[in-house]
Amino acid sequence: MLAQLTHDIATLSRRRWLAATAGLVLGFAAFTNAKAADDTIKVGVLHSLSGTMAISETTLKDTVLFLIDEQNKKGGILGKKLEAVVVDPASNWPLFAEKARELITKNKVSVVFGCWTSVSRKSVLPVFKELNSILFYPVQYEGEESERNVFYTGAAPNQQAIPAVDYLMKDEKVKRWVLAGTDYVYPRTTNKILEAYLKSKGVKQEDIMINYTPFGHSDWQTIVADIKKFGSAGKKTAVVSTINGDANVPFYKELGNQGIKATDIPVVAFSVGEEELAGIDTKPLLGHLAAWNYFQSIKDPANEKFIKAWQAYTKNPKRVTNDPMEAHVIGFEMWVKAVEKVKSTDADKVIDALPGIEAKNLTGGTSKMLPNHHITKPVFIGEIKANGQFDVVWKTPGLVAGDAWSKELDGSKDLIGDWVGKKCGNYNTKTNKCGGQGS
Amino acid sequence: MSPPSFYFRRGRTVPANVFDRLRALVLSVFLIAAFAVPALAGPFEDAVAKFANDEFSDTDEAIGLIASSGNALAFPIISALQDGRLSADPESKKVFVTQADGKIIDAATGAAVASLPAGASAVRLNNRLRRTVEAALGSLTLLSPDPAKRIAAAQQVFKSHDEAALPVIDGALAKETNKAAKSAFAEARAAILLYKSDASDAEKLESIAIIKARGDQEALALLTGLGSDAPPLVAQAASSAISAIQSNLALWSMVQNAWYGLSLGSVLLLAAIGLAITFGVMGVINMAHGEMVMIGAYTTFVVQEVIRTRYPGLFDYSLLMAVPLAFLVAGALGVVIERSIIRFLYGRPLETLLATWGLSLVLQQAVRTAFGPTNREVGNPSWMSGAFELGQITITYNRLWILCFTLAVFAILLAMLRYTALGLEMRAVTQNRRMAASMGIATSRVDALTFGLGSGIAGIAGVALSQIDNVSPNLGQSYIIDSFMVVVFGGVGNLWGTLVGAFTLGIANKFLEPVAGAVLGKIAILVLIILFIQKRPRGLFALKGRAIEA
Repeated sequence: MLAQLTHDIATLSRRRWLAATAGLVLGFAAFTNAKAADDTIKVGVLHSLSGTMAISETTLKDTVLFLIDEQNKKGGILGKKLEAVVVDPASNWPLFAEKARELITKNKVSVVFGCWTSVSRKSVLPVFKELNSILFYPVQYEGEESERNVFYTGAAPNQQAIPAVDYLMKDEKVKRWVLAGTDYVYPRTTNKILEAYLKSKGVKQEDIMINYTPFGHSDWQTIVADIKKFGSAGKKTAVVSTINGDANVPFYKELGNQGIKATDIPVVAFSVGEEELAGIDTKPLLGHLAAWNYFQSIKDPANEKFIKAWQAYTKNPKRVTNDPMEAHVIGFEMWVKAVEKVKSTDADKVIDALPGIEAKNLTGGTSKMLPNHHITKPVFIGEIKANGQFDVVWKTPGLVAGDAWSKELDGSKDLIGDWVGKKCGNYNTKTNKCGGQGS
Repeated sequence: MSPPSFYFRRGRTVPANVFDRLRALVLSVFLIAAFAVPALAGPFEDAVAKFANDEFSDTDEAIGLIASSGNALAFPIISALQDGRLSADPESKKVFVTQADGKIIDAATGAAVASLPAGASAVRLNNRLRRTVEAALGSLTLLSPDPAKRIAAAQQVFKSHDEAALPVIDGALAKETNKAAKSAFAEARAAILLYKSDASDAEKLESIAIIKARGDQEALALLTGLGSDAPPLVAQAASSAISAIQSNLALWSMVQNAWYGLSLGSVLLLAAIGLAITFGVMGVINMAHGEMVMIGAYTTFVVQEVIRTRYPGLFDYSLLMAVPLAFLVAGALGVVIERSIIRFLYGRPLETLLATWGLSLVLQQAVRTAFGPTNREVGNPSWMSGAFELGQITITYNRLWILCFTLAVFAILLAMLRYTALGLEMRAVTQNRRMAASMGIATSRVDALTFGLGSGIAGIAGVALSQIDNVSPNLGQSYIIDSFMVVVFGGVGNLWGTLVGAFTLGIANKFLEPVAGAVLGKIAILVLIILFIQKRPRGLFALKGRAIEA
């Protein structure tokens, strides 16, 4: 097939090739148009299946396919079957925008589930705005955003970072803080929010150490030694880690090897879940913490049922589940309910219907879509166990509503996102005007 | 899978009721028995039963009560709690210790039990409780016959400076004969006295002297933690001790940076050494070099998987077995790549670059398809885990072994090029291909073997790097830039240049990192290299003469 294609490219003259492509595209568009109109509802899946981010995003692609499969078993939506359209943006940010455009204009999808990194989300935003479609974004992120076409089912900083710091302050009596992160927008914004929050709680500047490392950093000797030194000032110290993806394994290995135990200096991570731990020998990590809105180990009938069905679907009895997966589960159910409510997949109608929609999460609660397009979630703190799972040691009493704009930062504390009443993503409550500035 | 297990769960509900009734019956019998023989249930038994409540606060209380009970079972119970071998049955409120040899005893009575009840689960701990457990064990093992355990316990007391341990420490110190243990006890005693409110100033000053002599970060933490509310004389002595320790530690941190630099340099060298052959000696711009490293790491993973499932006893030797295998796998792949792609592209660097870059993407995606996109777990054998203290610096075993391993690989490679027939042929072909061919050397065979050798060494590097980095399809990408940097900086075509280049970059990086941070440090290194290359385009050790032009 590929050989045939390259042969064709070689033999066709340029003009004929162009004409043929144009014809093909037109024909294809007409064909998909006709098809989309009657028998299926198309769901776009925009997750990297190759390149650096494939490590995290491939699972989310499988999750959406699984959810579509389950929904079709129940008879689909509005009497139509769902059909997944999977594209591979290959961890390449500009390609995300291209693929998003392809999904919406060529494949005529009704909704897209996708993106992981903030930069990929920012890259597709203009496309979703221009073509007026819907994106469900399932990953915990830095906040400071509320867009009409995007629904954020992952945690905002106040649903992950701040409760985790509260826990360490109250339960572990931590007085000195290391904020360690990978050098990009999520850790930088989160640490800015945390720094402001810690200072508002009376932590002094000299008790906060902020450290950034490049992507994929693998030599942690100096930084771990620095942390050790910082922690020996006679006050209880903890590390708040926004270290991303691959860099975590060598970081934890170095911690273990240098003998830093969770009882001395606990590390609470926001990007380490069950999937990441699957690649590490977890014995030296016993007791280090992670903050999420979902853990696989949470005992709840809905969760147990989901895990069982997921492992059966992937035909792997050891396959783990994680927090962004749950976000897709919730987002998918909310979208299904909204479509059923308005009896249409029309983007405008669904966007207006989504706020207020409720969906059961997998930890025994009911999450609700808020007017700022974020959802309510419980927050859990889990300790790493020897088997690579987490033991929940603390949770918020109820669900926490996601703040699109952080209350800790000067630039954003007066802003709110409200797509129901104000029809505005950055409404300034002081000046009562839409279009206030973010940080 | 899912429907049958559902039925199974539903089917179990009826017998479960029966079990509940039986359990209630057993429980009531037990209660009656307990009531009839009141001597059995004392404060110790009550304390043990608290573990079954599955509340952190109750577990905390239980640890305190048991540790101070003086009961012979206290130590086994608390050490079992630490290792996750203590289980509790919430139904019967009974608690069990699974001993190291697999035997199970009732924690309250010490009586042997045949098996754990169905509802029993391990007693949970959180970090606060783990600290309590460590402190409790510390005071319980102070009198252990094993000197190593006594020292560990004394260290624990040093950290917690718990006043309750003072009488035991005093007693132990008096009859201690082991020198190391004696000084550990003395330090622990000093730590307690320093924080004891009714200790005299003289005692406190003496304590500060002892802690100052210890001179490490723990000592520093202890002294800084004292705060300013101490008596003026003591506070003054403490602050002078702190500054003495700090200046001593600052000196050590230089040594530490140098060690970290050597260690980083060895990793760079290991990653670059294969490239020094394929790029340095043969002149092939091999962008798929990193993927050879990755293949080596995945070979290690496969070897460990086989060992883990078939011969778990051999796990500590897994790396030794993986080294030759990784060399063969990556080397063979290298030969195939050379024969099928690279030999058509000699003398066309741009095409080679594009072809090998494409190849690297193909290899990555192939591994991703075969092994999945997520990280694979490669364990550290016991001799590569942990660290030891040398003066005031911590040296981790995995880094130390990698340094030794790298130097060994380098020496073997050098010897091979210098003393073997193949090495001679390689040098001949790279120096003057046509002359070598005229002398009867099969140049294309030598090309294939040279490329195979370079790839094989990259594979070996993968075995070592799997110990400190992720084993994922992206593994190679993170080393390719660094490898080229080292080879170009060191001087293309010169192995010694690669060695010096790697260690120079490693050490420079580690001395810059504490000052500039990891991100800026890396940028600074790149800028320095660019400037250096401007000045000396052929790197540190340029080959002189006509050799490379041929």
